[in-house]
Amino acid sequence: MSQYVDLSAYQGWVCADCGQPLVPGKVDISYLGNSFPVDLLKCPNCGLVLIPEELALGKMAEVEKALEDK
Amino acid sequence: MDQKELREQENRCIQEQAPACVSTCPVHVDVRGLAAEIAKGDFPAAYKLYRKAVPFPGIISHICNQPCQTTCLRGKDLGGAIEIAALERAALEFGGQAAEAIKPLPRKHFVKPVAVIGGGISGLTVAFDLARKGWGVVIFEASDRLGGGLWKVPPDLLPRDVLTHDLSVIQALGVEIRLNTTVGRSGGNGHSTFLTRLCEEYDAVYLGVGSHSSDIPDLQLDESGRTSIDPITFQTSMAKVFAGGDVLRASATFSGQEIPHSAILSISEGRRAAASIDRLLQKVSLTAARSNEGPYETRLYTNTSEIQPQTALIETDLSTRYSREVAETEAARCMQCECLECVKNCEYLRHYKGYPKKYIREVYNNLSIVMGTRHSNTFINSCALCGLCAEICPTDVDMGEVCHNAREQMVEQKRMPASAHDFALQDMAFSNSASGKFALARNASGTNSSSYAFFPGCQLSGSSPQYVEKAYDFLKGAFPDAGVGLMLRCCGAPADWAGNKQLFEESRQQFLLEYEKLGRPKLVLACSSCYQVFQKHYPDVQIVSFWEVFDQLGPQTLTAGRAFSAPVAIHDPCSTRYASGIQDAVRNILGKMGCEIQELPLSREKTECCSYGGLMWLANKPVAEQAVQRRINESPQDYLTYCAMCRDFFARRGKRSLHLFDYIYGAAGTDLALAPAVGFSQRHENRARLKEKLLKERWSETMPEQAAFESIRLVLPEAVQQMVEDRLILVEDMQKVIEYAQRTGKRMFNAATGHYLAYTKPTSVTYWVEYTPQEDGAFLVHKAYSHRMEIGREAKK
Ligand code: SF4
Ligand code: SF4
Ligand code: SF4
Repeated sequence: MSQYVDLSAYQGWVCADCGQPLVPGKVDISYLGNSFPVDLLKCPNCGLVLIPEELALGKMAEVEKALEDK
Repeated sequence: MDQKELREQENRCIQEQAPACVSTCPVHVDVRGLAAEIAKGDFPAAYKLYRKAVPFPGIISHICNQPCQTTCLRGKDLGGAIEIAALERAALEFGGQAAEAIKPLPRKHFVKPVAVIGGGISGLTVAFDLARKGWGVVIFEASDRLGGGLWKVPPDLLPRDVLTHDLSVIQALGVEIRLNTTVGRSGGNGHSTFLTRLCEEYDAVYLGVGSHSSDIPDLQLDESGRTSIDPITFQTSMAKVFAGGDVLRASATFSGQEIPHSAILSISEGRRAAASIDRLLQKVSLTAARSNEGPYETRLYTNTSEIQPQTALIETDLSTRYSREVAETEAARCMQCECLECVKNCEYLRHYKGYPKKYIREVYNNLSIVMGTRHSNTFINSCALCGLCAEICPTDVDMGEVCHNAREQMVEQKRMPASAHDFALQDMAFSNSASGKFALARNASGTNSSSYAFFPGCQLSGSSPQYVEKAYDFLKGAFPDAGVGLMLRCCGAPADWAGNKQLFEESRQQFLLEYEKLGRPKLVLACSSCYQVFQKHYPDVQIVSFWEVFDQLGPQTLTAGRAFSAPVAIHDPCSTRYASGIQDAVRNILGKMGCEIQELPLSREKTECCSYGGLMWLANKPVAEQAVQRRINESPQDYLTYCAMCRDFFARRGKRSLHLFDYIYGAAGTDLALAPAVGFSQRHENRARLKEKLLKERWSETMPEQAAFESIRLVLPEAVQQMVEDRLILVEDMQKVIEYAQRTGKRMFNAATGHYLAYTKPTSVTYWVEYTPQEDGAFLVHKAYSHRMEIGREAKK
């Protein structure tokens, strides 16, 4: 599920704690013993990650269901 | 339920049994399928089905005496049995040309051929079946043509071109035909041992002639002097010799029975003998799995109570030829007999497009999968466990029981999807946490033991906390000399429905502890789900329904808070299915209020579930919505029920509906039937407020400490309220996210919109909230969403 969201729509977000704009990067997302690298925006300093709504409700929900049925 | 019981339930479902016409037909023509194809106008498909069962379709469709008709359910006062043979002739006439010629399997040369003695219809069937399978066959016929008795049928009934055409298939299949050849009797010296000699030359022999046992001295006779023939395999005392026709009729097998001469019966006998010979040549068991050959009585049940009588378009006998149109009309008269009683009455069973026999097989497979996808998880979790199917099924198949047990096994195997029931289990945890917002057990103030305790249940307290207080006061008045305590908590139904025995047991133990402290009072239950749970799991706890108490001890003439203009339709909660005492009490109470009652078509022990049962609403929202809608569609009247969840599920879909408490205690002057359903967060809030109010007013106590997040004030626009309700996100979940973000600074900011975005994972779900702090210290929520996947690699377990 490497690229499922158009990250450009989330360009305006900064990490409020560090004051740094979020940058694209690989983040592991995992469930029930399975991990998937995903391209997401995160804080270059503290690593805070932004999971967009459409990813959570779309692909992630789908993968959750599939893994739960395995 | 172990695998054996699962199998038993599966076997009990009779949906796959043959309809009566098919089981009565000696060769089991798929009459129902044939009628369905003709009704659609697909004559070639109908013919295909027919030829599959009948080797000589032309002959049989013209002369069959139609034993199938005698059991056709249409014939039972519904307009007359379907004209089956006429439909078969139509299938032949309008669909026969398109059929491909029968192709035999390649000839098997490793065995000697089979001798068929007698070229009558049973012998021809044996030859047909065996030749098609590639076995060599030689027919010995004493006369100068094949067909035997068929030539005696008048030509206007059986046209000769039809007869010769059908018989020609024998030669086409490569069968060797020896006409004018007598075997045995007139064979001169040693004829008495002709079978022994034949058995040397042939690997099997079929005897299709000769009625007198004394004619065939090789064969053993029984005490009564008749030939012994195995009734299933038609094998004689000689292993290689099988008998049909008159030999069979005169045998000990059918001694004393009047077996009519019927072409179709002869074909059936030939077919069964051929099957035995085929097994003999293949050297496999002759007897294994041979049930239901020949005519038998089916176990299929078909409900015809809704079917209107309908007679055939034209009078029909064996000489009638239908046009296509008449055939299609006659075929459409076939009722397509099947059971599906449960499926017709359960939206869930209907949704999955099968029936219990098939479903139980799938459940069984789902439970046995070691690796791979469990396709039936959602199916298993979607059943309302309401018990309607078991009540309706003629053989007591209980899908609720099957699904409930499957859930328990899934939980035990640690294969229950975490997301399936989590929300409801969290809700239960909220209601039962000892130091929490709702759970409460108190003797009436000023007493230290209770003879009765009111147990309103978590959902009534969530929907209508005001009625809990009124009902409690009523009980105190009704039992003035007995201590009437109060217990607020969840009965544990969600854990039971989720198949989580351990969780249920924990909740049970907690309950018992509190219950002991109250002095083991008799529980007065307002919720029928609680009632069901207590009845099933707490044999030592005395219970009574609030409605029974109210009926007996409440006012005997009631001025209802509401005016009745139209009758109300009673929806019995499915948990009262077998609690007729509660159902009666409710009707009595309404009667005393002068309320006119309409009974829904499915009520009392046949009532339907509102979709709350079994957590159907949580596991499968689309099916749950169909289920409740189906119930709603049954009557335009206002629905009156006595379960808070039923009432809210109806209201959520815009159905005018009332709880019995609305009638008794509802404020006059407001149309309570229109009151909106109470959302999930509001239910928590209502329970917490109820406890707080009761503690303060009746026991002069205060609520336990507030957690920090509870002071976070949210502003939720209506669209956001709907969004979080749909996404099963509670106010407290959002409060926790914002409290954490504000406290730690861990949040994101978007300068263009001024919005913050933050997340936390209180237990297993990660919640996200996008919000803007308001000047007054509240937080305006723009959206919230959640996921179960974790950010980062999972910690090793
Ligand atoms: S009612 Fe349902 S479960 Fe029972 S026999 Fe019929 S199809 Fe099977
Ligand atoms: S109505 Fe149709 S399916 Fe039912 S018994 Fe008659 S022919 Fe068979
Ligand atoms: S929802 Fe009710 S009627 Fe339908 S299968 Fe489940 S228990 Fe049976």
